[in-house]
Amino acid sequence: MDNFLSVLVLSVVLLPLLGALIAGLLGKKMGVLVTHRITVTLVGVAFLISIYLFQQMIINQHPNVNHLFYTWAVGGSFQFDIGILLDRLSVVMITVVLFVSLMVHIYTIGYMAGDPGYQRFFSYVSLFTFAMLVLVLANNFLLLFFGWEGVGLVSYLLIGFWFERESAITGSLKAFLANRVGDVGFILAIAAILTYFGSINYPDVFRQVPSVLDKTISIIPGYDVSVISVICLLLFIGAMAKSAQVPLHVWLPESMEGPTPISALIHAATMVTAGIYMVARMSPLFEYSETVLSTILIIGGTTAFFMGLLAITQFDIKRVIAYSTLSQLGYMAVALGASAYDAAIFHLITHAFFKALLFLAAGSVIIALHHEQDMRNMGGLAKILPITYGTFLIGSLALSAIPPFSGFFSKDIIIEAVQLSHVYGASYAYYCVLFGAFLTPLYIFRALFMTFHQNPRYHNDSHHPVKESPWTICLPLIALAIPSIFVGQILISPMLFTQTKILGNSIFVLPQHNVISEIANEYHGAELMALTAGKSLTFWLGMGGIITAWLCIAMYPAWAQFFKTRFSFIYAILLRKYGFDEFNQVILVQGTQNAGHLCYDVSDVKMIDGALVNGSGRLIRWFAAAARRLQTGYIYHYALIMVIAIVALLAWYVGGF
Amino acid sequence: MPTLTEFLILAAILFGLGIAGIIINRKNLIVLLMSLELILLSVNTNFVAFSHFLKNEIGQVFVFFILTVAASEAAIGLAILVVLYRKLNTIDVQSLDALKG
Repeated sequence: MDNFLSVLVLSVVLLPLLGALIAGLLGKKMGVLVTHRITVTLVGVAFLISIYLFQQMIINQHPNVNHLFYTWAVGGSFQFDIGILLDRLSVVMITVVLFVSLMVHIYTIGYMAGDPGYQRFFSYVSLFTFAMLVLVLANNFLLLFFGWEGVGLVSYLLIGFWFERESAITGSLKAFLANRVGDVGFILAIAAILTYFGSINYPDVFRQVPSVLDKTISIIPGYDVSVISVICLLLFIGAMAKSAQVPLHVWLPESMEGPTPISALIHAATMVTAGIYMVARMSPLFEYSETVLSTILIIGGTTAFFMGLLAITQFDIKRVIAYSTLSQLGYMAVALGASAYDAAIFHLITHAFFKALLFLAAGSVIIALHHEQDMRNMGGLAKILPITYGTFLIGSLALSAIPPFSGFFSKDIIIEAVQLSHVYGASYAYYCVLFGAFLTPLYIFRALFMTFHQNPRYHNDSHHPVKESPWTICLPLIALAIPSIFVGQILISPMLFTQTKILGNSIFVLPQHNVISEIANEYHGAELMALTAGKSLTFWLGMGGIITAWLCIAMYPAWAQFFKTRFSFIYAILLRKYGFDEFNQVILVQGTQNAGHLCYDVSDVKMIDGALVNGSGRLIRWFAAAARRLQTGYIYHYALIMVIAIVALLAWYVGGF
Repeated sequence: MPTLTEFLILAAILFGLGIAGIIINRKNLIVLLMSLELILLSVNTNFVAFSHFLKNEIGQVFVFFILTVAASEAAIGLAILVVLYRKLNTIDVQSLDALKG
């Protein structure tokens, strides 16, 4: 059985890779139709296999499968393997990833129709799925890193997909560079793990955690810090870049330069969830470092609140959703910091569905308006795009945590969990996520009202009338809308509160951090939770957000104008996104450029060119000029030198001095 | 009969004169050749002196070889000198500096 399952897992991983290779290498020959049929079929088959695996692992309670396929390298006592770990956490992740990926594949058929890079796009999307699957299914840090980098690379390719646009190129470069910053931390963490644990396989590492607990390391001489804390902090730096936490979030809004399907894939199921997944996977490490948990709480809370604030000022529909992703990732990070790993993964799942839905619906609007992304040029689309409107509305309600939509359950649990957490920084994070719950409906319903309500502001061309998108676009929307409604209430009990949770033994929580079990005491089923939502502050904040958006955007636009002028200072700060970009531009980019110029002027021009290259030439010329003087051409000079030399040699030889 | 030392001193003086002739002479190339002969003769003197005082005839045999070689060398040197004069119209040592770097 184990072997059978591991072969299935291998095929799940390799099918998207096969699709990527076929689409990439043979796509031009096979044509558009065959390419998308092959890739969609392969991802579809992979998805079906993942459902079977899900059933085996979760419902039939099959024990974990840890299978070694191939030993890549052996160096001394270290061994680097290519192996998979199929456990409850990874099987949940691959099911979600493959479902969203399949929807994105189908959606791409309609969205990218007629694009010259059609086959290339399919190849990249399949490759992206492959990299994410490797990341999720890895059983050691090296393979995890491979998937990690693979995701980073393909996201670079996809964000810069329309490489004729300059903004796409800078966006992809920004994503790549920001991720490199995180990778520094991640590689250092892997190195530290290899040093202190002697292995990079998850089970070996987790087993040895107690023996490493007492070890300290002094990075700055004189200050001893716990090794576990250092490792966890470095790992979290990696997660910060991938999961776009402040201050490494700058790449995520820029990733909107890519085509919409890829925004959905990056923001919903792959890439940005990698950091959250990784921290949850490493819960046996993170649990022992309260310092790092506090850091995660504070950074996550900051991201959740302040990035949500930014979304209110954006006019690009995709950027609104991008900032919303940042904010929601902050929620997940907060859940991780509060040791509610199950809740983080739960929110990751529900978020994957409704965020993919929102992005794809936004893409449907964009394609209907012939690549118009500015919400100021939209409005009144509800009647023309009924399916898009309906699904966008469902996604918005789910995102706004309105019961009984899926987002309500996951977000409410996170807020409760943070409230109960006693880790330092928990109260700060609690207020952040609490007021974030007000901001979320505010920005998403602002987008909804601006796009679908109000008077039409778009330019209606009689040759290309605005009409509902084709079925390849609508089908994924509907397929994603259904889980966006129901997945929350279905999953909340098995994910969080039953005896054997869905994630079960994949997650490790120390008893003193276990906030979920405290919540469980007051939990009496999903229906009751939805019905009694009115008792919690979160719900009223969410409703307040919707009403505020409705008042300020749909009913009295003058109010929004009033706030803008009244708080023009804050508005200016928000418009400039807190100046992160300026900071990066001035300090990092120009600083690097100045350092580069300095290096060029001093070390290159003066040292290497001046002193070494030209200097050695000049030295030889000077020496030769001096030596020329000896070559007088007169025989008597040569003779004199010979005589002197002979006398000197004789004197040395005979006299011995 | 002078002693060996006196012969050696004579030879050294001749040798020194020859060397000095080569180094100091700035004018005529023929003087240079003559100085060369002088050096060779001083060496010959040494050979003969040692041959006599050490009762060994090989030294005198060497003198014959050296004289022969010196004669042919002088012939070649004079031939070169003539060719040089035809080519450059001078045998002034000072002006022969084609090797100057």
